[in-house]
Amino acid sequence: MYGGGNTFEGIKTDSIQQEDPKRLAEFESRIDRGEKIEPSDWMPALYRKQLIRMIEQHAHSEIIGALPEGTWITRAPGFKRKMALMAKVQDEVGHAQLLYSAAETLGKSREKMIDDLISGKSKYSNVFNYPTYTWADCCFISWLVDAGAIVNQLANAKGSYGPYCRALDRICAEESFHLKYGHHCVIHLASGTQIQKDMFQEALNRWWPPMMHFFGPSDKISIHTDVLMRWKVKMGTNDDMRNQFLDMYVPKIWELGFTIPDPKLGKNPETGRWEYTEPDWEEFKRVINGDGPCNKERLEVRRIAEERGRWVREALKSPQAVYVVPLA
Amino acid sequence: MSEIALKELLYKMADDQLIQGHRNSEWTGMGPLLEEDIAFSSMAQDTIGQSLALYNLLHQLGESDPDTIAFTRNSTQFHNCVLTELPNKEYDFSLIRHFMFDTAQAIRYEALTRSSYLPLSQLAIKIRGELRYHTLHANTWIKQLGSATDESIERLQKSLLYALPFALGIFEESPYEKEIIASGIFEGEQKIKEKWLTQIQKIISQTRLTFPDIDLIQPVIGGRTGKHSEHLQPLLDEMSEVFRIDPTTEW
Repeated sequence: MYGGGNTFEGIKTDSIQQEDPKRLAEFESRIDRGEKIEPSDWMPALYRKQLIRMIEQHAHSEIIGALPEGTWITRAPGFKRKMALMAKVQDEVGHAQLLYSAAETLGKSREKMIDDLISGKSKYSNVFNYPTYTWADCCFISWLVDAGAIVNQLANAKGSYGPYCRALDRICAEESFHLKYGHHCVIHLASGTQIQKDMFQEALNRWWPPMMHFFGPSDKISIHTDVLMRWKVKMGTNDDMRNQFLDMYVPKIWELGFTIPDPKLGKNPETGRWEYTEPDWEEFKRVINGDGPCNKERLEVRRIAEERGRWVREALKSPQAVYVVPLA
Repeated sequence: MSEIALKELLYKMADDQLIQGHRNSEWTGMGPLLEEDIAFSSMAQDTIGQSLALYNLLHQLGESDPDTIAFTRNSTQFHNCVLTELPNKEYDFSLIRHFMFDTAQAIRYEALTRSSYLPLSQLAIKIRGELRYHTLHANTWIKQLGSATDESIERLQKSLLYALPFALGIFEESPYEKEIIASGIFEGEQKIKEKWLTQIQKIISQTRLTFPDIDLIQPVIGGRTGKHSEHLQPLLDEMSEVFRIDPTTEW
């Protein structure tokens, strides 16, 4: 899942002027031809920096995202849901592993990235700073947050950096199962008892604003990312991604008989684009900067896990450790 | 052979796998490295899947469906050994428990591949294959951490001593032990325990850990007859939190 809502703060493009113009031109023409850039290839410093930032943010979103859903593994109702949810959250942790490896090819170690996550220097998807009060919250994430992530990730998989694209191809294949699982859970809530229906409606009411935030600030107010689009680091505008998501999933939510808490939501038949109440971007900024309902808790859990596991990682580095090859 | 003896065997095995799987699943997102998060999740999936298969055998013998059996009983109706229900604590305890438990299970299911009860012997063949990876995982980590730093050795040693009395409780005998052995369904806890001790000691001897005199250790028993620690009921309450909202509906 996840990886949505990448935030590109104001980037300084000055460093591009210092790049070798010949190499830069060659680099850009390779991207234009649809070639992939590989770790040992020349790349502008800004490209490397922004990719690390994006892939790292995506990787963090996977491990932090495993927390709100992970707490429902022990509470999932019945064997079928329990088995599927365990496998799904495990996939997410596996995605983090893949993505940290992809980011490491650009020169930043996993340890450093995790340190930056815990210190608050690196960000992760804002959507995971909201609480999962009920089983229906967990179902909302599995279906719709994953759906949003797929929209982003399918686009990013066509980007220019080889290791990231290959990781995303694998991730998207797994995500398509998550989406089916999540949809299946929600169908059961929609066709179940009144308690089940109310449970999902209530989750939808709470999750809709963070879901709209998920794709990042509106194009009208977001910082220009032309160079990142040209280098195929960023593959679509935030509003395009949001529109694509609404196009695919609003009809499905309505079909199940639920009400989306936005009276202005509707597709304009002339433009073919969705219209909606502008999300509260002040809240988005506030939450992404650390003041959301669960930011502290999420980072604290991650910090505790890191601290409690330190002795294990230290032990593995010890020269006395007997290296054991687990041959099956 | 009475059906009640067979059911008793299946219940304790199924409950062991469910509760151990539940504890393993609690490591999701909390592992000391991402790789261990993933490994414990895989083992949880295997183990809970195995419990489901065993509850299905019970269902075929006329018991309720697996969801009802697993999600609606209270702690006194569970037959798992106390070892499995203990909280995860730190990684050292979880690792030692996984090592002791899965070593015992690997031996148990190997023996059960020869069971005279065909549905069980067929299932045991499948489970044996999965448990092979569990013991490989446990042995690898015990050997590495059991010989690495002062801290890792001390932690594992402490957890080993703490877990042993509970681990011996795995082999608490059933009131139908003689009957189940005579019928060829299962070779009995005593034989499993002997092989287990040999295997555990073999791995520990390859580390800087020391294994205590087993005769001086008093096993913690009672789990097989529903006498549990204070940790099981809260675990079950958590497990059934959503299911109990409406046990008759589909989730």
